[in-house]
Amino acid sequence: MSYVKGLKCRECARPYPKEPIYVCEYCFGPLEVDYDYEKIKHKLTKDVLESRPKTMWRYRELLPIDKEPVVGLETGFTPLIRARNLEKALGVKELYLKDDSVNHPTLSFKDRVVSVAISKAKEFGFDTVACASTGNLANSVAAQSAIANLKRYIFIPADLELGKVIGSLIYNPVLVAVDGNYDQVNRLCSEVATKYKWAFVNINIRPYYAEGSKTYGYEIIEQLGWKAPKHIIVPCAGGSLITKIWKALKEFKNIGFIDKLDTKMYASQAAGCNPIVAAVKEDLEIIRPVKPNTIAKSLAIGNPADGVYAVGTVKESGGWAEDVSDDEIVEAIKLLASNEGIFTETAGGVTLGAAKKLIEQGKIPRNESIVVCITGNGLKTQEAVKDRIGKPIRIKPALASFEQAIR
Amino acid sequence: MPITVRIPTPLQKVTQNKAEVVLSGSNIREMIDGLERNFPGIKERICDEKGKIRRFINIYVNEEDIRFLKQDQTSLKDGDEVSIIPAIAGG
Repeated sequence: MSYVKGLKCRECARPYPKEPIYVCEYCFGPLEVDYDYEKIKHKLTKDVLESRPKTMWRYRELLPIDKEPVVGLETGFTPLIRARNLEKALGVKELYLKDDSVNHPTLSFKDRVVSVAISKAKEFGFDTVACASTGNLANSVAAQSAIANLKRYIFIPADLELGKVIGSLIYNPVLVAVDGNYDQVNRLCSEVATKYKWAFVNINIRPYYAEGSKTYGYEIIEQLGWKAPKHIIVPCAGGSLITKIWKALKEFKNIGFIDKLDTKMYASQAAGCNPIVAAVKEDLEIIRPVKPNTIAKSLAIGNPADGVYAVGTVKESGGWAEDVSDDEIVEAIKLLASNEGIFTETAGGVTLGAAKKLIEQGKIPRNESIVVCITGNGLKTQEAVKDRIGKPIRIKPALASFEQAIR
Repeated sequence: MPITVRIPTPLQKVTQNKAEVVLSGSNIREMIDGLERNFPGIKERICDEKGKIRRFINIYVNEEDIRFLKQDQTSLKDGDEVSIIPAIAGG
């Protein structure tokens, strides 16, 4: 049973069929999935939804696959944690962490989008999948295409963290490390995608793939007891996630799952790669691309494809944007770990670091509900913190040695 | 001054399925006008009604994004390769 009418250009609204295509032939706008919301409203009730297994697929009417999902069957429904220690540390009343650092199977929010992308690639009959990635997408595509028995080509910038390289190689893909930054990898891939008829999850499968991110937003609402928080701080790379979380909130309003929506959306980036934050702060109509230089490699996209929509989301919701230095990222990673026992990657340092600044600036009031997005796992980016977290105390295997060391 | 322009799939219907076109022009603006002379209708696909390059199109000269150069005034020389590429997502 499908609830998808087809694809539609986000810019000029021209309709397109459900095919592995991603760009409007007329205006080059991105294509988006067009749902039959009336039909969805009729079928999907809170009771139906709550009776289903706790995975992202409980929202499947709002996801763009026509058959049963083939991968990611345990993906999603990650913890939404009330962060009581951080509330004290930051001086706020109600703070939550949406923790995709423990998402299944590869420990980042990308498992959501890839579950949809691979399932859709199978529906289309592809035998090979590919992607350009800053690391997390690579890990998830490598793992989930292994489950789906697909051939897999993964393109990454050559300077990625070891944890992300190993976290792809273990699934035995063809891993192509390109001498260049992500934007150059992406450009290369768009040419590869023209020549090879593969399912490129972030190119020709993108309209479907990107929809998977919405489940992160649905879950926040459901886990808060069917209400939207006042503030959500989201990490931005290509700008898709913040756009899709906002879409999720609006869809839940639209189908009557929440009565009111007054959430403000905040974009966060590293200062060394901040084209979206700069565009919000300077009120630019276009995104000025940058050459990234930051430890937050998962967010190091200097030319964000969905940048204008990310900026639009911030403006429409009445939110704001903030960037953080590499030092602030590391401090925020440590703050999160030492208060809440969660080890996030650099992107999580970006969101928490930005949240802290926005609270201190008074942009986010201290007495309203705040959700900080934690989208990836710190074990993958150990380089970022390894020289900043002290060392083990080395002792002899004797009580005296121990007591001398801790004196 | 021959320059090679790589045409993205969505525009190849206008270029009679040619993935590469060789033409001349001393900057990006002239190159686009040159494309229009050869393939009428292509300019309005690349540029908006105000004549500005559409925001979801990236143009590269020898691998460098023209937004890091001089935008549509970026100059071109003999043997340059220009790629026109739709924006793509990622992460």
